[in-house]
Amino acid sequence: MTEHAYLIGLLPLLSFVMIVFALRWKEKIASGFSIACILTGWVMSVTVLIEQLSSHSTPYEWFYKFINFPGFNLEIGIFIDPLTAVMLVVVTTVGSCVQIYSLGYMKDDPRFSRFYAYLSLFLFSMLGLILANNYFMIFIFWELVGLTSYLLIGFWFEKRSAALACKKAFITTRIGDLGFLIGLFLIGTYCHTFNYGDVFSQAASGIIPLGVLTAIGIFIFAGAVGKSAQFPLHVWLPDAMEGPTTVSALIHAATMVAAGVYLVARSMSLFVWSPEASMVVAIIGIVTSVMAATIALVQIDIKRILAYSTVSQLGYMIMALGLYGYDTSQGHHSAGYVAGTLHLMTHAFFKGLLFLGAGSVIHGVHTNDIRDMGGLYGKMKVTAVTFMIASLSIAGIFPLSGFWSKDEIVATTLHHPIFLFLTLLVAFMTAFYMWRLCFMTFFGEPRDQHRYDHAHESPKVMTYPLLFLAILSVFAGWVAIPWLPHGFSSFVYHGEIHHASPSWALMIISLTVALSGIGLAYLMYYKKSISYEAIGQRFRPLYNLFYNKYYFDELYQSILINPIMAIARFMWTFDAKIIDGFVNLVGWFTIVWADIKMLFDAYIIDGAVNGAGWIVRQAGHLLRFTQSGKAQTYALSIGAIAVLFAISKYEIIYLTVGWPTLTALFVTALLLLKLATRYFSADKQMSGSKTQED
Amino acid sequence: MLLSSLIYVPLAGMLLVMLLPKDNHKLIRWTALIVSLIPMVTSFWLTYDYFINHAASSAMAYVEGPFNWIPTLNVQYYLGVDGISVPMLFLTGLLSTISLLASFNIKVRVKEYFAFFLLLETGMMGVFAALDFFLFYVFWEIMLVPMYFLIGIWGGPRKEYAAIKFFLYTLFGSIFMLVAILVLYFTSEPHTLNMLTLIQTAPTLSHALQMTCFIFFFIAFAIKVPVWPFHTWLPDAHVQAPTAVSVILAGVLLKMGTYAMLRISWPMFPYALRELSFWIAVLGVIGIIYGALVSIAQKDLKKLVAYSSVSHMGFCMLSLAAFSSVTAIAGCIFQMVSHGLITGALFLLVGVLYDRAHTREIAAFGGLGVKLPVYTGLMVMFGMASLGLPGMSGFVSEFMIFVGSFMVLNKVLVGVAVLGVVLGATYILRMVQNVFLGEFDLARWGNLTDIGKRELVTVIPLAILTLAVGIYPKPLEFLMSATLQNLVNLMAR
Repeated sequence: MTEHAYLIGLLPLLSFVMIVFALRWKEKIASGFSIACILTGWVMSVTVLIEQLSSHSTPYEWFYKFINFPGFNLEIGIFIDPLTAVMLVVVTTVGSCVQIYSLGYMKDDPRFSRFYAYLSLFLFSMLGLILANNYFMIFIFWELVGLTSYLLIGFWFEKRSAALACKKAFITTRIGDLGFLIGLFLIGTYCHTFNYGDVFSQAASGIIPLGVLTAIGIFIFAGAVGKSAQFPLHVWLPDAMEGPTTVSALIHAATMVAAGVYLVARSMSLFVWSPEASMVVAIIGIVTSVMAATIALVQIDIKRILAYSTVSQLGYMIMALGLYGYDTSQGHHSAGYVAGTLHLMTHAFFKGLLFLGAGSVIHGVHTNDIRDMGGLYGKMKVTAVTFMIASLSIAGIFPLSGFWSKDEIVATTLHHPIFLFLTLLVAFMTAFYMWRLCFMTFFGEPRDQHRYDHAHESPKVMTYPLLFLAILSVFAGWVAIPWLPHGFSSFVYHGEIHHASPSWALMIISLTVALSGIGLAYLMYYKKSISYEAIGQRFRPLYNLFYNKYYFDELYQSILINPIMAIARFMWTFDAKIIDGFVNLVGWFTIVWADIKMLFDAYIIDGAVNGAGWIVRQAGHLLRFTQSGKAQTYALSIGAIAVLFAISKYEIIYLTVGWPTLTALFVTALLLLKLATRYFSADKQMSGSKTQED
Repeated sequence: MLLSSLIYVPLAGMLLVMLLPKDNHKLIRWTALIVSLIPMVTSFWLTYDYFINHAASSAMAYVEGPFNWIPTLNVQYYLGVDGISVPMLFLTGLLSTISLLASFNIKVRVKEYFAFFLLLETGMMGVFAALDFFLFYVFWEIMLVPMYFLIGIWGGPRKEYAAIKFFLYTLFGSIFMLVAILVLYFTSEPHTLNMLTLIQTAPTLSHALQMTCFIFFFIAFAIKVPVWPFHTWLPDAHVQAPTAVSVILAGVLLKMGTYAMLRISWPMFPYALRELSFWIAVLGVIGIIYGALVSIAQKDLKKLVAYSSVSHMGFCMLSLAAFSSVTAIAGCIFQMVSHGLITGALFLLVGVLYDRAHTREIAAFGGLGVKLPVYTGLMVMFGMASLGLPGMSGFVSEFMIFVGSFMVLNKVLVGVAVLGVVLGATYILRMVQNVFLGEFDLARWGNLTDIGKRELVTVIPLAILTLAVGIYPKPLEFLMSATLQNLVNLMAR
């Protein structure tokens, strides 16, 4: 079966294509076909897992060269090792449950078939991401899950909040992908291949300089930060709750957001060479975890509490992997790799269950606000019981799944006291906020009688998946019981198999922490012997900070989005006014220049030509007077000349007159004469004198 | 004869259209469309045949000539294609037909419109097939005339301004090209205008002369691309031009600039290229970031797409600066093809909406996804393609460009260029959100109809090709790889 594992990914693609092109109008067949595909995929995934177990974890690889360049190629291929097999099972399991559950949840939606098409497309992308054998291919599917996440968050796109949330999710994760891309380019530049095995062997052989390796690690991790909603790119995930709850369960709790964790786990062979990169990973992980847990303490929207819980748990996994890389690079043994991947698996089941349970509650009471719920236990028993099982599991209560994986994570932090403290703090907060949620939703008096009266248990297609996931939430973690000889840690591991010896003390400590969290929630929200209002009043600033999510949205709005929009608008003005303005100025200047030339042409050049003719003509006019035939005129002329001679003779004028002055005098005289003649002729002929004159 | 037929069949078609009765619009439209099918099919067949028989070598295929045309000047009639011109001819053939089909809603002066359009196709085909400078120049200039009238007569409110700006701006660049061509002509011995000969001889010119010619050619081609800061004619021309003309403008005309760089100035002046490549990359990166930022600020749908072209062609410039990497140059050709398909489709789709709503203002819409599901699906798909989503051609080209240029160029510079990926997502998704998501204004847009059959026929081929190139780029890569290898060797001299 392993060599046919590509079919697991292709089946949902087939379902997508079929629904879009053939089954769009046949809702029942569309959803049925989609479910059949994913169930087949589930069976095949389980088979692959069994084969991996029995083949003693020999990885399987198949690839095809997609594009060839000298010394560089892009390939698509399939790589199956125990980690892949586990991920396949997780995704197809949750995927199947969600698809079946959606039959009930999305029943009356006008875009029912489209929903199944999107879900199928998502599963195709997610499975492709898991199956990929190289960084190029994982990036392709990485982006495609981003697309489907976008489409599904915005599934009810008429809601403005959903429209904004899907855009925010896509752009925020894309910022992380920017780093991922640069990481890929670094890999391409220094390794000339994207194949996992080749890249890792080059990293191990020390060909890549350490600085570059660290850079690659950090840049790739940036992708994981975006996808797994880690600080500081976590802001999109809570908003993503605008999508249908089943989508939140599948994509934003169990599978896609875990892709970042998977990526870090997959790249572990890079991180183990770079303690710096690993430490960055660990610190981001724990910071996210603590921050998200504190926010989850005070939220009132059932889905948002779960969303912040998801962010917090993902931070756990990331931290465990980071610490594993760090410890290994220092030559120590660490349980971090096993812890991170194990928690990834168990978390997928119980968080998927929590979301589906929340969906069931919302389906029943038509609100997300836990203040309007209460006392629902009696109305929806299956939902309540399964929800509480998941809550116990996530809180880490013995012997549920969550206990074992959380125990491993705590064990990872043993040599790092600050991490240990913070991890336990998060464990405490997790138990508290989960049970705050449980008590407020299912117990106590109904706070909204109207909603309570209309509440009802969900149909069987919705509760059966809940039961199935509840079973997994209890038992899935048992594969990692430390006393098991061939448990999870000898199946999914990195480097050498390392058995962590069971530590009673640790188990008791973490159990105590979890129980005290639940106990506090019990006292505050069930017994009400401690007033949460009083505590809220007492720590008002802290409460506000948590309630407003550390003001990250406001911060990003003012330091990122607004400036970018301002720059964009400025650039636009700059473009229109300065760059285009310059072009238009050149054009305008050319036109003006042409006008000047035209004027020059009309008045100076042509003027000179006309002027010459005019001068000759005027000279003619002038001379005409001399030839008038009147004796008086001749006499006057002779007299005038005589006077001139006399003047020159006696040198009355001592001026030396040059030709310009003479010319000017001549022209002036002509002008005067012209005026004079015009005056006289105007007298004689009232009109048309000019034509005649000219 | 194949290449000549590509060039002259549209010309003959133009003459035919001119002989038709003026008022029989239907006849004119269909004649033009059917005539344009001939070069389209020919260009498809050419691509196929080149792929099968010629792609393995970098030599020119389907060579015609060199015939002596004007012997006293040693001007030759010389045509031929290789791995970089074949995809362009394919694109020209396809987009011309699609644009003609998209022009069926032209109501005024129909005869002139279709005649000009066919003349335009002649010019475009000629540019991509010419191997003689004189011929190249003639086709390059011929194209301006129909384009000028197509924008100036059938355009939007500011059509005269846009048409003149386009015409003069390009002509301004052409003067520099002419000077550079003359320099090459007079420095070659014997005087020749044969591009292939000049590619061999030009690198022996003095460095100063190489630099001058390179810059002169660069100005001419950069205006066409357009490279920042020579880009401002583009938004005006795009916005004012009728839909089909915008498609041709974005799909084919812009590619001429980058094509000419790869065909002419890049291999001819390797010295100047080496000296200036960093600055070319800087211009490219500025174009990417700047175009994307300005797109974000746009309020007009068509202008947004126009500015996104500036950003996308910036990717081409970045890859052209990384001339020593086959991957980057291949990415450039991929980007040229992909931008032609995607932006062509986006312009078509914007036109579809404009025809119905008579406005392109983004803020005027909202929630159209409810009323126009098919149209929305296509628009979102091409939007995603435009922002470089895997599975579509834009991703392949961007990835190749980035990987290739990251290897050989300044890493910080390329890192800045990668920011364009996020900005690209921003302007596309903002547009999608504002136009298609959110609440639907039933009172205002209640009578909008979804995309029609004829419009679907224009867009679907582009969608199929976008997906095909994105999912399986190997054939296109094989088509050009031998040529590119040779080209990179030439540029590395």
